[in-house]
Formats: sequence, C-alpha cells, structure tokens
Amino acid sequence: MLEIKNLHASIQDEKQKTKQILRGIDLVVKPGEVHAIMGPNGSGKSTFANVLAGRDEYQVTAGDVLLNGKDLLTLEPEQRAAAGLFLAFQYPVEIPGVNNMYFLRSALNSIRKQHNLPPLDAMDFLTLVKAKMKEVGMDEKFLSRAVNEGFSGGEKKRNEVLQMLMLEPRLAILDETDSGLDIDALQAVAKGVNSLRSPNRSFIVVTHYQRLLDYIIPDVVHVMLKGKIIKSGGKELALELEAKGYSWLEKEAQA
Amino acid sequence: MSNNYIKQVVNKNYEYGFVTSIESDSFAPGLSEDVVRKISQRKNEPEFMLQWRLRAYRHWLTLTPPHWAHVKYPEIDYQSIIYYSAPKSQKDAPKSLEEVDPKLLETYNKLGIPLHEQGRLAGVAVDAVFDSVSVATTFKAKLAEAGVIFCSFSEAVQKHPELVEKYLGTVVPYRDNFFAALNSAVFSDGSFVYVPKGVRCPMELSTYFRINAANTGQFERTLIIADEDSHVSYLEGCTAPMRDENQLHAAVVELIALDNAEIKYSTVQNWYPGDENGVGGIFNFVTKRGACRGVNSKISWTQIETGSAITWKYPSVILQGDNSIGEFYSVALTNHYQQADTGTKMIHIGKNTRSTIISKGISAGYGQNTYRGLVRVLPTATNARNYTQCDSLLLGNTCGAHTFPYIEAKNPTAQIEHEASTSKIGEDQLFYCRQRGLREEDAVSMIVNGFCKKVFNELPMEFAVEAQKLLEVSLEGSVG
Repeated sequence: MLEIKNLHASIQDEKQKTKQILRGIDLVVKPGEVHAIMGPNGSGKSTFANVLAGRDEYQVTAGDVLLNGKDLLTLEPEQRAAAGLFLAFQYPVEIPGVNNMYFLRSALNSIRKQHNLPPLDAMDFLTLVKAKMKEVGMDEKFLSRAVNEGFSGGEKKRNEVLQMLMLEPRLAILDETDSGLDIDALQAVAKGVNSLRSPNRSFIVVTHYQRLLDYIIPDVVHVMLKGKIIKSGGKELALELEAKGYSWLEKEAQA
Repeated sequence: MSNNYIKQVVNKNYEYGFVTSIESDSFAPGLSEDVVRKISQRKNEPEFMLQWRLRAYRHWLTLTPPHWAHVKYPEIDYQSIIYYSAPKSQKDAPKSLEEVDPKLLETYNKLGIPLHEQGRLAGVAVDAVFDSVSVATTFKAKLAEAGVIFCSFSEAVQKHPELVEKYLGTVVPYRDNFFAALNSAVFSDGSFVYVPKGVRCPMELSTYFRINAANTGQFERTLIIADEDSHVSYLEGCTAPMRDENQLHAAVVELIALDNAEIKYSTVQNWYPGDENGVGGIFNFVTKRGACRGVNSKISWTQIETGSAITWKYPSVILQGDNSIGEFYSVALTNHYQQADTGTKMIHIGKNTRSTIISKGISAGYGQNTYRGLVRVLPTATNARNYTQCDSLLLGNTCGAHTFPYIEAKNPTAQIEHEASTSKIGEDQLFYCRQRGLREEDAVSMIVNGFCKKVFNELPMEFAVEAQKLLEVSLEGSVG
C-alpha cells in the first residue's frame, strides 16, 4: 500500500532559513493496517501528514514515497487525492459562501472524473450523503451551510469524517483528528473510521493521546521524535507512552 | 419566464441591428460649441435639449478632469475624440465569424454564448434573412400593453419630450462632475424607461435590452422613471467581452423612484480590459445615481464589474422620501493591469431611510481595486440606518486592494455599521480543496464565487449563472 524510504523534508522560515523537519522516515503500511503515529509536539507528525498530501510549503529533500506502486511525490495534491489519499485536517479550513453539499459533490465528481467515471447524479448523491451523515451523527442542515463556516471544533471534525466516508480513500491520514473533541464526537469519529476499515484500506492516525486508540485499535504504533521514527511496536506501546511519557524514549534515543 | 425560453429568444436573429445603415457620417475630431449644436441638429432635438447641452458644454469648459481616484492613466486629449458618428456601415463589419479574432470567439465559447449571439457581439454584419416574427417586436407589444415606455433616448426626446424635460438632469445635473458635464453636452443616445403609476413591468428589461442594445455609444445616457406604486427591473450589459475602438466611455444613468416605487438596476460590465501587459482597454468613467423621491421607494444597484482598463463609478442613491431604501451590491474584479475605483454614495435625507452596501473586490495579477464609499446622514434623516460590508480578496502578491469609506452622520439617531475585511485567497483554502480532489483552477473559482455569493444572490436568476462563469474566465491564468 504505502512505502516510504528515507523521507527528508524541510521548510523555509520567515527569514528564508531552511529548517529540516523530517530526517529520514522509513515506513511501510500494508493494506488493511492501521498505524498510529505518536510523539511530542514539534516532532514532525503534522509535517509528515502534510508532506504526504503534497502541501507545497514543504520541500522534500530526499527519499521516496510509493502509494500502490505510484510515485506519490511527483503528483499534484489533487492527483494524490485521486490516487486514494485522504487527509483529515487538524484544522479544517472554512470556505465562506461555498455550500457544504456542493463542495462535497464537486470533490467527489472531480475524483470520479480523474478515474474516467461519470459524475454522480444529484439524487444518488443526496441519498448517499444523507446515509453517511447519519453514521457520523451530523444533522442534515449542515449540507446547506458553508464549508466549515461557523462550525464548532467537533462539527468540523465530524465533517472531515463525512468527507472521508464519501470519498472512500485507499489511504486515510488523520492528523490529530481527536484534538479538542468531547467523548461523543470522539466516538463518532472512531465509528466512522472503523466502518471504513477493510482489507484493502489503510489508515495512518496521528495523535498525541492514547485515548483515541481505545476506539480505533491500531495494528502498529510508531513514536516520532525529531523527524524520525525512533520506536515501533504493537498497541501496547501506546499504553506504555501514556504511562511513562516520551522522556524515556528521548534518553534512549540519545544513548 | 423559463431559462430555455430566454435562450431561444436570445438565439434568434434580431431585426433592429443595422437597419438604418447610413454611410460613414462622422464629424471631424474635436469639441466646440458648434459640434454640440450640430449633434443636437442631427438628432432633430427640440430647443430645450440644445440649450441644456450648451449650458453643459459651457460649464464643462470651466472644469478640469478629476484626479482624486486611485487610478493612473495618461491625460486624455478631448480634442482628438470624434463626438458624433453615425452607426458604422455594414461594409467594414466582418462578413462572418471566420473573420473575427479567434481569441474573442474562444472566450465566447467558454461563456457558452450561442453562435448567433456571438456574431452580433463581434459586430458581424447581420444576415439579410430575418425571422418573420421578431422577438423584439413581441416584447415591445407586451410592454406597450402594460403602458411601459421603453425606447432609445433619441426616440424619447421626439415622442415624450415632456417627460425628458421634466426629469433629465434632475438626479445627475450637468454640473455634477467633469464627465457628467461632458456627457450632457455630447451624449449620442441611450435608453429611456417610464413605468406608469401602479404598473409592475411585466418582464425583466434585461432580455429585451440584450437583444437590442449591442452598439451603445461612447457617451450613453439612460433615464429611468418609476412612477408611483410601480416596479421595474433593468439589466444593462452583457457577460460577453465587447470590443470598442472608443477608449473613453463616459455614461450617465439617472433613476427616479416616486412614492412606493421600486427600481432594480443590474449591470454586468465586461468591456475590453486591455491585454495581459496593460496595453489598450476602455476607460470607463460613469456617473450613476438614483433618487428615491417618494415615500417607501426603493432603488437597488447590483453590479458585476470585470472589464475595462479603468473603472470609475459610484452608483449612488439619494434617499429623499421617508422610509425609502437604497441598496448597492457590487463585485469588482481586476486582473492583469486593470484598475477599478468604485463604490457608492448613500445620502440619507428622509426619515427612517435605510441603506445597505455590500462590496466585494477581487484583485489578481497586477490589478488595483479600490472601494470608495460615502454614507451621509443629514440632520433631517431621523432613524436612518446603514449597513456596510466591504470585503477584498487578493490573489497573489502583486495586486492591491484599497478601501476608502467616508461616513458623515449629522443626526444623533443614525445607526451606521461598517464591516471590512481583506483576505488573501488562502493557501490553506486552496490546499484543502485540492486535497479533496479539486483542480487548482476549479478551487479558485469555487472560493471566489463563494466570496461573491451575497452579490450574485441579488442578480436576476439566469444572469447569476453567467456571472459566475464570467468570473471564472476573467480569472483564467491568475493562478499557478
């Protein structure tokens, strides 16, 4: 599914100084697997998610990324989306004046078009989206509102999950989707993710807290520190991190 | 009226194109009292018109061109302009679409303009074969039945001189400004509308207008009078880019709404903006103003401005009648080297008068976009209210947005709200859309259209769709 080798990425700060963030990431995610990436603030988790999705403020300075055999790094963001990559944003963006349903339908049909599929007609789309909204516990009135405008934190995250359910990606990356959520919203998000789990779909769940992983049980847990994955393990690693923090790993890494 | 019907209507050939094709009949360049007299004479005008033109001309001589707007352009030589020219002879017109600039045709196709209409817009000589039943004639009959007068300004001067004399220059006097004075002295033609008491105009004057008024002159004059309890919606312009050799355009539009009358005036302006390097393009200096003379009257301006090298216009409302309402909804887009200085004036005189201003400026390329607005509440305007929202959207780092709101409140009961924002089309927004699979250009047009939604909502329905497309085409090449 996803193969990452020696990925390096940097960003230019306001003074045009280059700052290295990812310093050689190796990761293989097999079909059907859920990988959690944990780590302290500033370790490069969000950068990692954004680099995979193709955000152009980051420069990839070395490494390879293959998604189902395709060289991801040469693709535009929309082509990556069409290749099946979905990023649930840490901070979903507001688009004033653009109807949520219109946005979703345009996105879905744009991806269908890239696969030479005919657009979904309005009625079929509506039936589908209403069913999916029920799944994430969103009121239908959100369809006629502008994309994320005036949504609460929880509503925005549910909207992200709704989009994910509609676009049915091959690889979904959740960038701290659990931050700022109450327990109901957290469960709704987890329910959405779990409903999509299948043998040919993979997930990368970026999170600070073990809490989300109580609901979305990962196959592998990685710890990222200073732009590298320094430890990987099973789901019990998350529990260990919850109990002991990250400092023991930092020492281990320095040693 | 259904969209399909309108399409059918617009697709048809039209009869009144170049029926009076006079052989080249133009004055020598230059402006003098003699030229003004000759214009009036050619148009066979009554004495009051000539005298009015002459007063305007003499006043114009005392004026200097205004320079307060946030626009830059070389001085205009007013003595090098031809002030009267009869409709162009068919001989010079392209014989078919094949002779028309392919670039222009490409744009028409993108806008989805039907072939027949393309020819008309590009100035192709009208085919000799007409439909036996002219659409325009049908419309005219329908309007006449309702008692609505809708004709060219010249025709109105001949057939309804009393109305013209009563209202002409009462909203925009020739002393108003440099360009209004010039227009008053030399205006060639324009449109005239009178809606009698209690009549609701049976159709959008847009459809008719779009068929009939392709070759409007350089100095155009429009006068619309809505008598008591009447209602009219008028649409000026066209989404298709219009080429014109005249670089200077100085139009005047006057609207008058009497008791309980309502006028809705929508404009789509897409004159030639010049090329990507800022060469050529129309200078559009327009004076548009409406007077809500009567109680409970309402005047609403909606404008979509995407054309012209320079746009200088401030459609305004004088809120004289008690409880009268003025509205201004505007989208102004500047791309490449276009400059726009546009906005409105709301003058509150009557009690309980209300005004709303929604202005959306979009700048791309090296475009400069200025909102300039005045809200004035006079001592008589007890309980006047105004709401202004003025937003700018920047695409890229080389364009500019400027806002100059003026507020003068001389009555302590006035309530005035002003909201303004400037945003850059977010990298965040773009990335978000693209991550969901949208192409960059589609994402930009979606974001821009969302930004303009409040204004598009005010347009007649069939036109809102065209306006969206127009923005898309106008923004082409502004990203990436």
